[in-house]
Parts: sequence; structure tokens; C-alpha cells
Amino acid sequence: MTKTRIEFLSGVRAELPILLGVTPFGMIYGALAVAAGLPSPAAQAMSSIVFAGSAQFIVTQLIATGTPPAVLLLTVLVVNLRHMLYSASVAPYMQNLPRRWKWLLAYLLTDEAYAVTIMHYRQHEQDAQAGQADKRHWYFLGAGLALWSVWQVSTAVGIFLGTQVPPSWSLDFTLALTFIALLAPVLSDRPAVAAALSAGVVAVVGASWPYKTGLLAAALIGITVGVWADSRRKPGQERQDEPPAPMEA
Amino acid sequence: MTPATLWLAIVAGGVITYAIRLSLILLWGRVSVPPAVQRGLRFVPPAVLSAIIFPEILRHDGALDLSLGNTRLLAGIVAGLVAWRTKNALLTIAAGMAALWVLQAVMKR
Repeated sequence: MTKTRIEFLSGVRAELPILLGVTPFGMIYGALAVAAGLPSPAAQAMSSIVFAGSAQFIVTQLIATGTPPAVLLLTVLVVNLRHMLYSASVAPYMQNLPRRWKWLLAYLLTDEAYAVTIMHYRQHEQDAQAGQADKRHWYFLGAGLALWSVWQVSTAVGIFLGTQVPPSWSLDFTLALTFIALLAPVLSDRPAVAAALSAGVVAVVGASWPYKTGLLAAALIGITVGVWADSRRKPGQERQDEPPAPMEA
Repeated sequence: MTPATLWLAIVAGGVITYAIRLSLILLWGRVSVPPAVQRGLRFVPPAVLSAIIFPEILRHDGALDLSLGNTRLLAGIVAGLVAWRTKNALLTIAAGMAALWVLQAVMKR
């Protein structure tokens, strides 16, 4: 087997346990989107065009409540801004790649693909330095494509089964639960906790504001409080600049 | 929302998401991210995630509900404890849904 193929298949294999969690998530998204009144083709297209689970959940809710497109897009921007951290984090490893690889892999840079890829990049630092051909981008591609395929298929299954799930199952609650799972590992220090608490309180207060503007206000105030709390810390306390690895989704 | 607006919103949402993911991969070494922005970015995930979670579990029927009758709040706390102890997303979701279903069944009686 060539090095390329070994890397690709290792990436797919590393992604497999995560796919176990992503599959029900994708199905729930598909079911919710249809329940919220999205036409099936639009629900499916969002999974391939936006390709960001949490943002898709929120967009679906916002569309259902008749939010103006401008607010909708601003929300997508704020919710997905965390991907800029991932982008910065993988960037140094990708600088020697041809441009078409950068464009392709950026499309596949989700929470779940990032989590396994950055580990692989860090654990195989020496391979590249030892003068061997660096094929680690094939690992990234394997992990990314595995996730992409499963996300598309599970969305389709969810759309298909959507109308058969009774509302009493409260499946919409999985959105909050997924976010609780994503939140736990990022509460790594006091400023992060301060950011989370202040944003949460503002969001509750602003929940009845029109078009989820309370959500945007909450995010901005939370970030401000986090930066402020961080700046108050003594110089001896090290800041953690590395983005925390997202937990297995 | 008309079908045309809906499709436009989906495409624009995709372009925004893709631009964020591509941004620093493409610009690495050519632009330096100001330290203030770097510091702020670190707090985006905790702020945004809690801003979505808190109203979902603290409000019921359009009003703040901190009572024991708020099943989503109790199930959310269970999920929070599981997330904190196990750091496992699948387990967190499973525990939260199981707690919600049990509580809903119990409260109905």
C-alpha cells in the first residue's frame, strides 16, 4: 500500500468512533428541518453547502420563526467563528500544499475532522522533519470525507423518517444537549466560565427580543466579559492559547 | 421566507462558513491576527454555546422557569454533570434525553 493510501485510510479509521455520534445528530437535523417547514431539497442542500451541524440547527429554528436573512447570516457568522481558531491551528501544517488542497480541506474543516486531524499532525511531527514526504493531508482528507459522507446520508435518512417522529419525543432537546457536550471542554479556566455565565444570563434576559437579537447581544457581551476577566489575571498565570480539542462528538 | 430567499440564505450561510474555515489557512504568514482579536476568539465558543443553551433549558412556555417542574432544566443539569465527568458527547446526549423522558413520564402522573 502506498503512503498516500495508508494516510487516507488511517484518517477514515480515526473518524469512525466519532461518526457513531454524528449519525443520530444528522438524522435529528434532517427530521427537525422538515418539521420546521423546510422543503426536503433545501434541508439536504444545507448539509452540503453549510456543512456545520450546530449552525444548521440554529438556522432551521430561525427560519421557522421568520427571522430576517440579515440576522440569520449574522448568527451563522457568530456561531461558526470558532472555526477560525481551527483554521489558524491547522494553517502552519498546510503551508506547502498546493492551493487546491487548501481550498478542498478548508471545506472539510469541521469540529469533528479538526479534532482527529490536529492530533495526527502533532503526533507525527518527526515524519516531516525526517525528510520523508509529508502525506498527512491525506489523513485530513480521509477524516473529512468520512464525516462528510455520513453527514449527507444521515441527513437524508432524517428527512425521510422526519414526519414519522412524534413531537412528544422532544427530539429538539438534542440541540441543547449537543451544545452542553461541546461546552464542557471549553470551560477550561475562570475567564471562559465568566464568558459563558454572562452570555447565558444575557441570553435568558434577551430571549424574548425579536429575531434572536438577544443571542447576538449575549455572545458579544460574553466575549467582552471573557477578555476583561482574562486581562485582570496576574502575568504569572499562563494563558492557554491553544484551542482545546473538541470532545468526541 | 420565500423559496428564493431561503436558497439565497443557505448559499450565503455556506459562503460565510467556508470563508471562516479558509481564512487563516490561506492568509497564514501574510497577515497577523491582532492580539486583541486572538484573545476575543478564545471566548467565542463558551459565549455562543451558553447563549444558546441557557434559554433552551431555563425558559418554559416563554417565561423564566426555575422550578422543579421544568423537566428540561433538570435533564440539562444531568447532561451537564455527565459532560463534565465523562467528556463524552454521545453519553451526554443519551443521558440528557433519558433523563428528560423519565422526568416527563413521572411528571405526567
